[in-house]
Amino acid sequence: MSFKNKPLTLPEIIYNKFMTQKKNKVVTKEDVVVKFVGDSGDGMQLTGNLFSDTAALEGNDLANFPDYPAEIRGPHNTVAGVSGFQVHIGKRVYSSGDLCDVLVAMNPASLKANLKWAKKGGTIITDLDAYDEKAVEKSGYSSNPLEDNTLQGYNVIKAPITTLTKDALKHLNLDPKTAEKSRNMFALGMMYFMFNWKQEIAFDFFAKKFKKKPELIESNKIALQAGFNYAETVEAISVTYNVPAATLEKGRYRNISGNVATAWGFLAASERSGRPLFLGSYPITPATEILMELAKYKSLGAKVFQAEDEIAGICSAIGASFAGSMALTTTSGPGLSLKSEAIGLAVMTELPLVIVDVQRGGPSTGLPTKSEQSDLMQALFGRNGECPVLIIAASSPSDCFMSAYEIAKLSMEHMTPAILLTDGYIGQGSELFKIPKVADLAEIKPPIAEPNDPDYKPFKRNPKTLVRKWALPGTEGLRHRVGGLEKENITGNVSMNAENHQLMTELRYNKVMKIADHLPEQQIFGAAENDLLVVSWGGTFGAVHTAVEEMINEGKPVSHAHFKYIMPLPKNTESLLGKYKKIIVCELNAGQFVNYLRMNFPQYKYRQYNKIQGLPFNVSELKDAFNKIIKEK
Amino acid sequence: MEENLTVDRTRVPLGKEDFVSDQMVKWCPGCGDHAILSSLANVFPKIGYRKENFCVVSGIGCSSRFPYYVNTYGFHGIHGRANAIATGVKVSNPHLSVWVATGDGDSMAIGGNHFIHIIRRNVDINIMLFNNQIYGLTKGQYSPTSPMGSVTKTSPQGTIEHPFNPGELVLGAQGTFFARAVDTNPKLMTEIMFEAAKHDGTSVVEILQNCVIFNEGAHQVITSKDLRDEHQLILKNGEPMIFGKNKDKGLILRPHGLEIVTLGQYGITEQDLLVHDQYAQDPGIHLMLAKMTPPYFPIALGVIRSALFPTYDDLVEEQIKRSKVNAVIKNVDDLMNSGDTWEIK
Repeated sequence: MSFKNKPLTLPEIIYNKFMTQKKNKVVTKEDVVVKFVGDSGDGMQLTGNLFSDTAALEGNDLANFPDYPAEIRGPHNTVAGVSGFQVHIGKRVYSSGDLCDVLVAMNPASLKANLKWAKKGGTIITDLDAYDEKAVEKSGYSSNPLEDNTLQGYNVIKAPITTLTKDALKHLNLDPKTAEKSRNMFALGMMYFMFNWKQEIAFDFFAKKFKKKPELIESNKIALQAGFNYAETVEAISVTYNVPAATLEKGRYRNISGNVATAWGFLAASERSGRPLFLGSYPITPATEILMELAKYKSLGAKVFQAEDEIAGICSAIGASFAGSMALTTTSGPGLSLKSEAIGLAVMTELPLVIVDVQRGGPSTGLPTKSEQSDLMQALFGRNGECPVLIIAASSPSDCFMSAYEIAKLSMEHMTPAILLTDGYIGQGSELFKIPKVADLAEIKPPIAEPNDPDYKPFKRNPKTLVRKWALPGTEGLRHRVGGLEKENITGNVSMNAENHQLMTELRYNKVMKIADHLPEQQIFGAAENDLLVVSWGGTFGAVHTAVEEMINEGKPVSHAHFKYIMPLPKNTESLLGKYKKIIVCELNAGQFVNYLRMNFPQYKYRQYNKIQGLPFNVSELKDAFNKIIKEK
Repeated sequence: MEENLTVDRTRVPLGKEDFVSDQMVKWCPGCGDHAILSSLANVFPKIGYRKENFCVVSGIGCSSRFPYYVNTYGFHGIHGRANAIATGVKVSNPHLSVWVATGDGDSMAIGGNHFIHIIRRNVDINIMLFNNQIYGLTKGQYSPTSPMGSVTKTSPQGTIEHPFNPGELVLGAQGTFFARAVDTNPKLMTEIMFEAAKHDGTSVVEILQNCVIFNEGAHQVITSKDLRDEHQLILKNGEPMIFGKNKDKGLILRPHGLEIVTLGQYGITEQDLLVHDQYAQDPGIHLMLAKMTPPYFPIALGVIRSALFPTYDDLVEEQIKRSKVNAVIKNVDDLMNSGDTWEIK
């Protein structure tokens, strides 16, 4: 085996190119799923992110799924410590894909944990050096899987990745640990070869990422090159892929994760509304990235307050909202529980406030790094008293941008707290995002009271929308008090009057329900009347849409309604549900949205498909379930 | 001391009547809260800010009805969270003079976490901590400041908990301002409130307040006519610490701590006494003063500590200002088009 630890000379490159063209078959594929897996310290998240950024820059559509353990560094070489990152690239993709065409496994434990996700006949690239007796034993394999028949039926590339990486970096005299850490880039280099990608994209990335550690720019660059050259030189990779460029609308694009998109949506809403952004928040997985992202933009006037706890996070936001900021708090399930009482305070004081819940597996601490849709009922009903709030659920990483923008707009314009539901899967996953212009986004007009308005009363309402005015402290002539005690309608004075309480309860509820007048109608994908309607909501859009689209292409009588507006529901919900013989509601919980529909529209019969494994839906399992129902008479 | 320059000043003189609300005050007759309300209405016009720039925030408890009774912007929050809400108000709009009305249940128990953290951050807010050593609104249960052994409805055999001394807690959390007032001395209370308003940073004013219904006489050892002169040390900045009916007792600092001496005895003169320095950066002596309790020591009243440190809200504004100067990303369009992007034609 010829291996070079120095950059190649020109004749060598020409020779290699020539040999490549001769040796390798280039296959055009509409979409490919690649998964990188290794120990949680192996840098799989970085590798996966760089892989998907490159795919995007090479023109592909993509969707990602990071899958990592709750521990920062799980036990070495065990299944519990495996961290993974799945990328689906192609012409047009909606989900991170079911099974992978290429599995890059950095050690036996990660192979053991992920082999079930590899397509039969797919390619497995693994580090030969990682299979010593001890590592194999710790992984739970009874014998070395590279030597028995475990991997029969797969195209296995056993590369001595550790040795080759260390050899390639020898002349840099790095400490062995730093050198070994570049293994992931060696593996990524092999993937660059497999997809015929330009290595310069990675080099640019290293230059930016390791600006302060120039030795890492060099070591990662050499490791990536070494991997690329290795793949090019050995005959193991017999097929390279050509994935056609994405068929997307014209425009400027970037790759974006759901949590970053959420943060940016709020920044855009703040700029468009003229209301300064205030975030009061406490770090919690998987929502922390929103807090970290917004903390970067003081230059845009964002005030980000890392509070002492979840309750202080929301309470500071309520204070900021009273004072006139576009106020936010971000959290995940357990944090939403802690914020419940304060959400009630925002409902009672009728102040705008957005609470973002990036859902994770529950109850209690549950599965912090895994995704679930099990906070829906908590968002709808998890508070004391009659306590309605606006609820919107984002459907994909890039949709988090518009969802954040829209919920901030509606919350301010309708003077109501609002909950934005996303989840770990779309929050941390990423996909392509068509960059909008802020000026093209819908206008935001909060109902701010004018100074010395003689008609101002704290709880006097717009008769159409039932919205009260937002009178900001510091404004002349509008001094007033609000609080958690029941208010007298119009004056806002404390009132324990029986009839007034009923009236105010109804007003608060109707105010939220009237937001439906400002929402688009629920859209249907597929026929408006059909045998089967598939209903889904929130972060499952990608897999469910793909399943339905494939079935429609197969001629099956199925349509899809994906809900984004949860409270209130779009006005046409009731009528559209009546146009299908069968309805199935799919969600990643034990059946929360389906019960919400049963409660609202009890005249229909609902089937349900639920998965509570901390994992997203697979397209194949959904199709199986839908096909079964279609066959029912 | 420099006056707070962030809050806009009024162009017209204001009076007490500008801050009286039209709501009926519903505290029990004889409650110490009435005196506090009156002090505050007296001090607000003196401070000289525009009346629209005052904001009073509270939590839950008798004390927390306060915002309804002063004609300012007001926010009546939920139990224990006044300090967190007030932080949001002040950080959002630093031009406001923000006041918190809270009690020993609200800030020492359910809201203890927010209390220590607002102090640690030194957010420019004035906290009036009404300490009546009892839960009044829920009708007479012990609080975190009830003395050990207090017999209440939830401690029929006496409490077995060590009480908090709020001053100790404030200084332990790196408080920059701590003062103690008593509801029976409104003049002193008004002076202290004014000092609190002037202080840049979190000001905590502990007000020893009497609950006539559930804890009558809790502070009697300090307030009763025959004991008060012996049990109160009213601190004045730059002056020696003298107390007693005949003004003949004083405090001196010994290597082992504070000691009470009698002027004239053993040749001790005023020159030997400890002189109060409320502006000292080091909280050592302030802590000793805050911890003094009768019967061994008099209780210290007045401004115990008023040290100048940067405030959280000023630093927020400064960071924003500084980051705007050389910002590459000036708006959200810049942000979204930064980094790796590409065109699909």
